[in-house]
Amino acid sequence: MSKEHGRAFRSQTLSEWLWGWFLIAPTIVGLIVLNIVPIGQTAYLSLFKSGDFGKGNVYVGFDNYRKMAHDPQVWHALGNTLLYALLVVPLSIAFAMLVAVLLNGKTRGKSLYRTVYFIPMVAAPAAVTMVWKWLYNEHFGLLNYGLSRLGMSAVDWTTDPNVAMFSIAVIGIWSVVGYNMVLLLAGLQEIPRDFYEASDIDGAGKLQRFFVITLPLVSPTLFFVVVTSMIQAMQVFDVIYMMIEVTNPAYDHTVSLVYLFYNNAFKYFNKGYGSAIVMLLLVLILIVTAIQMKVQKKWVQYL
Amino acid sequence: MTASHRFSRILVQAILLAGGFAMVLPFLWMALTSFKTATESTSMNPFVIFPSDWKWENYTEVLRQYDFVRLYWNTFAMMALRIVCSLLFSAMAAYAFARLKFPGRSLFFGLVLFQMMVPTQIFIIPQYLMVDALGMRNTIFALVFPGLVSAFGTFLLRQFFMGLPKELEEAAKLDGCSIGQTFVRVMLPLVRSGLVALGIFTALFAFKDLMWPMIVNTSADAATLSSALAKIQSAYSVHYPQLMAAAVLAIWPMLLVYVIFQKQFIEGIATSGGKL
Repeated sequence: MSKEHGRAFRSQTLSEWLWGWFLIAPTIVGLIVLNIVPIGQTAYLSLFKSGDFGKGNVYVGFDNYRKMAHDPQVWHALGNTLLYALLVVPLSIAFAMLVAVLLNGKTRGKSLYRTVYFIPMVAAPAAVTMVWKWLYNEHFGLLNYGLSRLGMSAVDWTTDPNVAMFSIAVIGIWSVVGYNMVLLLAGLQEIPRDFYEASDIDGAGKLQRFFVITLPLVSPTLFFVVVTSMIQAMQVFDVIYMMIEVTNPAYDHTVSLVYLFYNNAFKYFNKGYGSAIVMLLLVLILIVTAIQMKVQKKWVQYL
Repeated sequence: MTASHRFSRILVQAILLAGGFAMVLPFLWMALTSFKTATESTSMNPFVIFPSDWKWENYTEVLRQYDFVRLYWNTFAMMALRIVCSLLFSAMAAYAFARLKFPGRSLFFGLVLFQMMVPTQIFIIPQYLMVDALGMRNTIFALVFPGLVSAFGTFLLRQFFMGLPKELEEAAKLDGCSIGQTFVRVMLPLVRSGLVALGIFTALFAFKDLMWPMIVNTSADAATLSSALAKIQSAYSVHYPQLMAAAVLAIWPMLLVYVIFQKQFIEGIATSGGKL
């Protein structure tokens, strides 16, 4: 009897194992071929110099990394990437939070606003950047026309090295506000009503209520949005690529690490140097994410 | 209703309206410009907001120069195949990770998590070299290639499967269902909202991606809408009405889909955001 039982149990367990392996097989094989092995390949490639015609790859050890340390463009790109992330992430989340809080109640037109704010998310960045570039046009753009009507002088939104990064950040913020708002609004709606009712009895003001109740209770969602937005922002490419050509005087002040990676790997065909740049990006993202994981204990409150 | 209450309601509406206007203004300007002549678009005195007569010439010109039917097809085929692959393979793996016990489960799930933490650019050079070695550049396959499987999708759907009650499987087992039958007939239909959300994420990501199609499909026939726009921009850099017509042609299908399925889009993202 117990022997029978044992055999039945074993065949059942075995079938579960087999099903498990069968079901994960395509994904795991795919991940290994498409992602895991390529990480090693990129790391390996970063030890080579490539590009010179007919010469193929030449092993150079850590020369690419040494070269990066002395390459002003890499330092520019590192600074620009961080500046972009530090502009876009806090501001887009602040705006998204403002809109989410305003919509989280019996606000008229709630679902219409939600729909409208989300629109930039469904448009291709290539198309969106083209129209922003046109809005920013020095001579014929809507923005400078508006400034001239107000009696102000024109701004070189996309070519002035001191301005261009801010113009790009505006597009970045505009593109993700709606997405972040939808996520935050979903988080806000999970806060039980009782918390607010209790604070009404205490006679807390609206602002106080936001900082004492809403913010701590929505902090897990907020943390998720901050971490993912940060990772996204540090990979910025499309907007800058579409807006700033290599010949643009603001190029050095706007080129991001991924843009620099693209140029080196696919424009100048130095895949070794491109790989080294993307390894730098990996390290940067891991450091920034690790810091956030560490700091979260100080401000994220899980119920 | 007190006066201050009414005032705050008006203020809220004013802020929301201003923000909403900022969200749609670029699209309005894109559409308006696309109907203007080059002269109208660069006239500052008087500044032209509405075109004097609505001409389709910019559209016909862009359509004459670029094969948009081809671009629509490439983009659509890429999105459709990526959706099919990521839904199918991710649902399978997600079910196994969420519901089955087998040796190596946590190790393999660790691989999924690890992939999600790494920036995608790190895969691009080797993936390009693979496509090149297969002789598959400038094909639909090349566009689909990096999206054949999805770590993100596996993770997302796993969360949905984990939310289902254990009794369902036990009941199915008593009815004599095999694990495969339980998965397909009982569990899969219950995570439909997760599948919809993943489909939307996959479609949006594929539609918006610029770098991969630019790298792997350099010939004009094999481009996607996004990568074609990058080329069109450098070709027409000064003729803004035509550029805007091309931009409108590139974004309207997704906008239309969004307007029709807005509820699914927003709810899909809202619910999956809570699960990640």
